[in-house]
Amino acid sequence: MTPFTKHTGLVAPMDRVNVDTDQMVPKQFLKFLTREGYGRVLFYDWRYLSGEKPNPDFALNKPRYKGASILLARANFGCGSSREHAPWAIGDYGFRAIIAPSYADIFYNNCFKNGILPVTLSDTDMDELFSRLEKNEGYTLSVDLENQTVSDGKGFDRKFEIDPFRKRCLLKGLDDIGLTLEHESDISAYEKKGLPTPQMVDAVDIQFYSRSN
Amino acid sequence: MPPLTLYEKIWNAHVVREVPGQPSLIYIDRHLIHEGTSPQAFAGLKAAGRKVRRPELTFAVMDHSVSTKNRDLPVLDADADGQFKALAKNCAETGVRLFDMHSHNQGIVHIIGPELGITQPGFTIVCGDSHTSTHGAMGALAFGIGTSEIEHVLATQCLSQFKSKTTRIEVKGKLGGGLASKDIILAIIGKLGIAGGNGHVFEYTGEAIRALSMEARMTICNMSIECGARAGMVAPDETTFAYLEGRPFVPRGKEFQKLVEHWKTLPSDPGAKFDETVELDAAKLAPQVTWGTNPGMVTDVTQRVPDPSLFTNENDRKAAERALVYMDLKPGTPITDISLDRVFIGSCTNSRLEDLRLAAKLVAGKHVAKSLKQALVVPGSRRVKAQAEEEGLDKIFVAAGFEWRDAGCSMCIGMNDDVLQPHERCASTSNRNFEGRQGKDGRTHLVSPLMAAAAAIEGHFVDVRKWRNGN
Ligand code: SF4
Repeated sequence: MTPFTKHTGLVAPMDRVNVDTDQMVPKQFLKFLTREGYGRVLFYDWRYLSGEKPNPDFALNKPRYKGASILLARANFGCGSSREHAPWAIGDYGFRAIIAPSYADIFYNNCFKNGILPVTLSDTDMDELFSRLEKNEGYTLSVDLENQTVSDGKGFDRKFEIDPFRKRCLLKGLDDIGLTLEHESDISAYEKKGLPTPQMVDAVDIQFYSRSN
Repeated sequence: MPPLTLYEKIWNAHVVREVPGQPSLIYIDRHLIHEGTSPQAFAGLKAAGRKVRRPELTFAVMDHSVSTKNRDLPVLDADADGQFKALAKNCAETGVRLFDMHSHNQGIVHIIGPELGITQPGFTIVCGDSHTSTHGAMGALAFGIGTSEIEHVLATQCLSQFKSKTTRIEVKGKLGGGLASKDIILAIIGKLGIAGGNGHVFEYTGEAIRALSMEARMTICNMSIECGARAGMVAPDETTFAYLEGRPFVPRGKEFQKLVEHWKTLPSDPGAKFDETVELDAAKLAPQVTWGTNPGMVTDVTQRVPDPSLFTNENDRKAAERALVYMDLKPGTPITDISLDRVFIGSCTNSRLEDLRLAAKLVAGKHVAKSLKQALVVPGSRRVKAQAEEEGLDKIFVAAGFEWRDAGCSMCIGMNDDVLQPHERCASTSNRNFEGRQGKDGRTHLVSPLMAAAAAIEGHFVDVRKWRNGN
């Protein structure tokens, strides 16, 4: 996983509450086999008019936000479907950090697995950030994970809270599975306690192969 | 030992490793996967040279993109076909059991788990799908995960998890005629808001919940995630045991009795502490209809489309304004004046046998409104379909002008060809009314199967309580 330490970048707004993951990556793009290339379809139905023409009214299409790598968002960002395609798209588009007052659980979790830092600030701080962004073209922020700060170098300096374990994993870009496998002996010991292994009492037609179409 | 909640009991029984200040390593009893969210997990596993640790604990099914028409025809959607083939190949290579689209047991992942008895009380169950919360109705701890976590479970059979907070939702009183468990959960989401359960696991208790069948409890647990909750649970009781007895993956005889004894120890102890408690009176509920673009934008069928200008919170007001533009609704419109283009009865929320029976009973001898373009019934699984056909429900639906289809997610998500056309309005028994969920620019109103069936006959929403009396 890509580590996240400190990042300074152009900021873009997503000024809506309850942005769900269906909007981040609509269902027609859930049929691929890879984790890459979803940046093009991020916020697809909002971002494009018919024929994939950029919708000029959509914030991310405005020239001033081109190349943005920090996204300001509103409450309950990432609610709905568990699709990890959402953070894949956000990362692939170029965002390294999101700043919002709150996130939906699964999405929040998924961000960490993909080297994206979801920063949580209060509603008041978010209002302040949205307003500074609105007023200043080329508005940039620095997000420092080690020191847990967000700052614009022009008077906006805030500390944010983050779970220390998640912080450490993200700072070092640790591989979750590798970490767990270090505790192989604990897992084996647990398994020895007797596991409810599935018993198929009535035979059901489980198959190992699909008829090829 | 202090009194414990159902959640704490299951949690404690599954801790593999616990270190203060870190997430705990939790053992996963059953892992369910489908074609949509698993390919990248298998690919990751392979790339890292890792193996599936316990293939016999993972079950796979094809549900999201399967056709609900003739499944013997070639799959024309090359991307969907690629996912089906990848799932079949991954299962074959790793020894994971697969219910492919031709299996008699195929169906929506959250329908077949309980139906086959793969889901049992006290289990930890995960799936790369947010509606995994459904399985909690059985008294299991079940929740949705992302693809990285699927890979993690495949490789380790464990998950790294922080403990959630708990909310007890007590639903008192008796549910009136014409109401369904869908109305209870929609009312809860309306009350708490779609982020109201963030960071929490819900346990549903109370007279109204106890009176519900397993299938109706599943509807409630299913939509816990729409309230932001990590999981929803109902303590196992006689209804649960009776439901499970004789299912293909449930042991029989003495072994079953032993399991029941164990399951009886699971319910929350008297005096167990919850972080929060919410109460609701089922007797006061009216049938619910969503008017907006998330499941919390919901009201009684007797009400009108709300006026956003009366919302006090500015962000909520903006969201409501946007929602009404998207839904093409005017504030003050009576809900019963909203006319429909399509009706969808299906999805992991409401496509079990009981749902179909309720709907069939209402439409028997009637016909869907001429103004309707389509009324669709999609059973949640092939077992449900077969059973419904045995009971003649398919004939009732077809005679009433509904289309009777094969099992899958279908128009809940529109990943096959069951989609809304732009600006079409649909009464749907599914769980999400997000923008574009059922098709780009499609407009979704979430309702119970009873409400959907009655709306199909009339072409617009009706208060099914009165409608039943009047017909
Ligand atoms: S029916 Fe709908 S909500 Fe349920 S698993 Fe399928 S797509 Fe998801």
